[in-house]
Amino acid sequence: MAAGIRLESVRKFFGANEVIKGIDLEIEPGEFVVLVGPSGCGKSTLLNLIAGLETLSSGHVFIGGQKVDTTPPRDRDIAMVFQSYALYPTKTVRQNITFGMETRRIPKAHQDAAVEEFTHLLQIDRFLQRKPGQLSGGQRQRVAMGRALVRNPAVFLFDEPLSNLDAKLRIEMRTEIKKLHQRLGKTAVYVTHDQIEAMTLATRIAVMDNGHIRQVADPATIYENPVDLFVAGFMGSPPMNMIRGRLVRDGGLFFAPLGDRDGVRFPIAAAEAARIGAPDGQEVVLGLRPETIFAAGTELPGPDRFVFERPVAVVEPTGPDTMIVFEIGGQDLIARVRPEDAHPPGTPFRFEVDMGKAKLFDAGTGLRI
Amino acid sequence: MRRRRTSGIVRPSGPGAVMLRGLLFAVLALFCLYYLVPLFVMVATSLKSLEEIRAGSFLSLPREITFDAWGKAWNAACVGVRCDGLEPYVWNSVLMTVPAVAISTILGALNGYALTKWRFPGADIIFALILFGAFIPFQVILLPMARTLGQLGLAGSVPGLILVHTVYGLAFTTLFFRNFFIGVSDGILQAAKVDGAGFFGIFFGIVLPMSLPAIVVTVIWQFTQIWNDFLFGVAFTVGDSNPVTVALNNVVNTSTGVKEYNVDMAAAIIAGLPTLLVYVVAGAYFVRGLSAGAVKG
Amino acid sequence: MQRAVFLKSLRQGVERRLPLIVVSPLFALSLFFVYGFIAWTAYISLTKSGVMPVYTFDGLAQYERLWATPRWYVALKNLFIFSSLFIGISMAIGILLAILLDQRIRIEGMIRTIYLYPMALSFIVTGTVWKWILNPGLGIERLMRQAGFENFTFDWLVNSDFAIYTVVIAAVWQSSGYAMALFLAGLRSVDDEILKAAAIDGAGPWLVYSGIVLPMLRPVFLSTVIILAHLAIKSFDLVVALTGGGPGYATDMPATFMYAFAFQRSELGVAAASAVMMLMTVSAIIVPYLYSELRGTRK
Repeated sequence: MAAGIRLESVRKFFGANEVIKGIDLEIEPGEFVVLVGPSGCGKSTLLNLIAGLETLSSGHVFIGGQKVDTTPPRDRDIAMVFQSYALYPTKTVRQNITFGMETRRIPKAHQDAAVEEFTHLLQIDRFLQRKPGQLSGGQRQRVAMGRALVRNPAVFLFDEPLSNLDAKLRIEMRTEIKKLHQRLGKTAVYVTHDQIEAMTLATRIAVMDNGHIRQVADPATIYENPVDLFVAGFMGSPPMNMIRGRLVRDGGLFFAPLGDRDGVRFPIAAAEAARIGAPDGQEVVLGLRPETIFAAGTELPGPDRFVFERPVAVVEPTGPDTMIVFEIGGQDLIARVRPEDAHPPGTPFRFEVDMGKAKLFDAGTGLRI
Repeated sequence: MRRRRTSGIVRPSGPGAVMLRGLLFAVLALFCLYYLVPLFVMVATSLKSLEEIRAGSFLSLPREITFDAWGKAWNAACVGVRCDGLEPYVWNSVLMTVPAVAISTILGALNGYALTKWRFPGADIIFALILFGAFIPFQVILLPMARTLGQLGLAGSVPGLILVHTVYGLAFTTLFFRNFFIGVSDGILQAAKVDGAGFFGIFFGIVLPMSLPAIVVTVIWQFTQIWNDFLFGVAFTVGDSNPVTVALNNVVNTSTGVKEYNVDMAAAIIAGLPTLLVYVVAGAYFVRGLSAGAVKG
Repeated sequence: MQRAVFLKSLRQGVERRLPLIVVSPLFALSLFFVYGFIAWTAYISLTKSGVMPVYTFDGLAQYERLWATPRWYVALKNLFIFSSLFIGISMAIGILLAILLDQRIRIEGMIRTIYLYPMALSFIVTGTVWKWILNPGLGIERLMRQAGFENFTFDWLVNSDFAIYTVVIAAVWQSSGYAMALFLAGLRSVDDEILKAAAIDGAGPWLVYSGIVLPMLRPVFLSTVIILAHLAIKSFDLVVALTGGGPGYATDMPATFMYAFAFQRSELGVAAASAVMMLMTVSAIIVPYLYSELRGTRK
């Protein structure tokens, strides 16, 4: 049975310092919600508040419809995987995994069955008699997962569980966690600072900054329709190009980059232009994902395309794509082109941009226009 | 000492939890009493008159506060046959402690630096051999030390004690600084070496300024050890050159005349006050010195 | 020209060996004052030395005399009673207080200061105070009699069968806070996430400490026992100040025994032999400990 989670105006102070500034969030049973944000944004504190590892300053937490504001962690029907794995060093792998069942006086036969099922699933059944100190990082991570899984809780909480693994193992375990979630269908709340982890794992992402949730939505929406410059800048790698400039009403709606002497004006797509009532001359930020700028003529023609020419400043091959850095009005932009389309630095390059995917933000508030 | 970040864990509440918490504080308070009563007795007794001590209980507050015992302990109590109080012996202790602390700390810093940051062949063995000197029972060196001091013309003198405390303090000061320097990144030193700084240039220019915490810990530790020492004092000095701990013991154990408990207590406070003050002012550093006794620090 | 080159190479040579040049005199001091003196004492223990040292070899005669001295057995028995009680009680109090202080106590800093201050005092001061408190005529005994227990007797300080326990009382008072501080530092070194995991696993305070935290502190147990044992074997000041080794020599310990034979009875050979016995005991404890500790820090 998966359980839903509801947060109502949750606040947390450490001394006079407010780290969670009134958060409301509803998580449906079976969802995989990822809390993502830069370090210090409060995401781990929020997870600890759900777990009962921190006491609420005000507000309420509900798990499975029950108010758990003053319920100790053991009675919340949750399990958690920690960044350091937090395995008990003096206990064997088996004792680590069964400890939570022992404290709950779960019958031995049931314990054995659960240990067998999940250690087999996680391929750690060979290490049951070893101590954590004798295992590799990846194996320890699996033991920590096993400890959470055997208890069969209603909610799984993950606090940056993959950040201590090397890149290759991290990707492997990411897939494995996703498989486990699909198979078990339990509610999961997952904290990470890695936006790729967030995109790949989540059914919904909550982007946090400075004690607030900026946006909660499915990964595609977060990526395609960020509500503000923070979300737009945090998600995506390389990050979205953000060009400062002004709106120009001159027969249509155009964007003129600040400091640009060549007079390049980006035409705002018709559908977008019809929606925007901002006056002529307003300062805005134009957001262009690198993959929406490519070599002119290399993709099938479509509506709202705009072609301009700029000299190549830097070329950065990544393998499947090549990044071309160029300048508009003193601001660096990145375009993602096919390797075979790249030119050496200094040579002129014709870029094509899909203005249908461009986003406009208010330069003052950072909010989407 | 570090505080935990687990203090926010939601715990069961209710009458049981409240009672348990009450019990916890009761036990903690009881132990506070246990540790504080002797201090209280010491202070209270030192402020009583001898009649009141004989009449009343040792736990009672003084009815009439008198500083007579303090005065007597300071400049009139009999230490052996001489009745000048503790004052001259306090000065002996000061004259002994200050140079011994300073010299052993500086040499320990230099030693620890050379042994950790300029790892020459054999450095580990040299350190292990020096370190062992911190743990030997000093009875094993009493006899030859007494003879050596005699041959150096330092027998029964304060300079002799300075030498003894410096030599046997070195093992500890070296240990403290070694533990500190092990935690200092080699990168900083390598950068300085690349910039052309030499052994002493790096020591005075870079290492010493950043080892202030280690210096404080070492100075406090050495001060406490040397001030409180009794064995070397009683073995290597006689009469006028006794340090204050030996003098205190002589005051207390003088068997002639009336036993003046108030003077004994006042004398004990005088002898204990310097280290107690250091502890109150710099307790955190004191604790760090104590836990460095566990070698790894 | 040649001279300049020579000077330069000399300077470089000195510079390269400077660390060794700096350490050498200090190391020589240590060699002389520690190992040289140990050797001297060990040699004296193998001679006929009495009032004055003599250097004619006499085999193990002094050791035979030592082990034929009843007072030495009293000292050894006292050391055994004292160290086992002192270490056991200090550890028990230390662990208890460390765990209690680990329970989110707001005034922890103040309480810790109170528990630990005796450690800053000289054993002579401690001895003086406890001598007064335990004094049968005016201390606890009289307090209890005044409180109505007229037949209450507490004369341990002057009773040869019990005087050694008064040394234990005073020593525990002075050093149990030290054990507390070592254990508390150990408790605090346990990763917070492990305690959080235990809370999620549903372990109560008892299970957290007995099942998880204390087993992790095995190295702290070891080093605390060794530090306390080391203190116990070296204890000299406290005995002198509290009981003076008496009544008679009822509270003698190896440290006071050695001192008495060396400086009061002028039997240098026996004194040296007892000092060597002490050194061997301490070495048996300390050397393996230092070895394992240093091996651990070597990088």
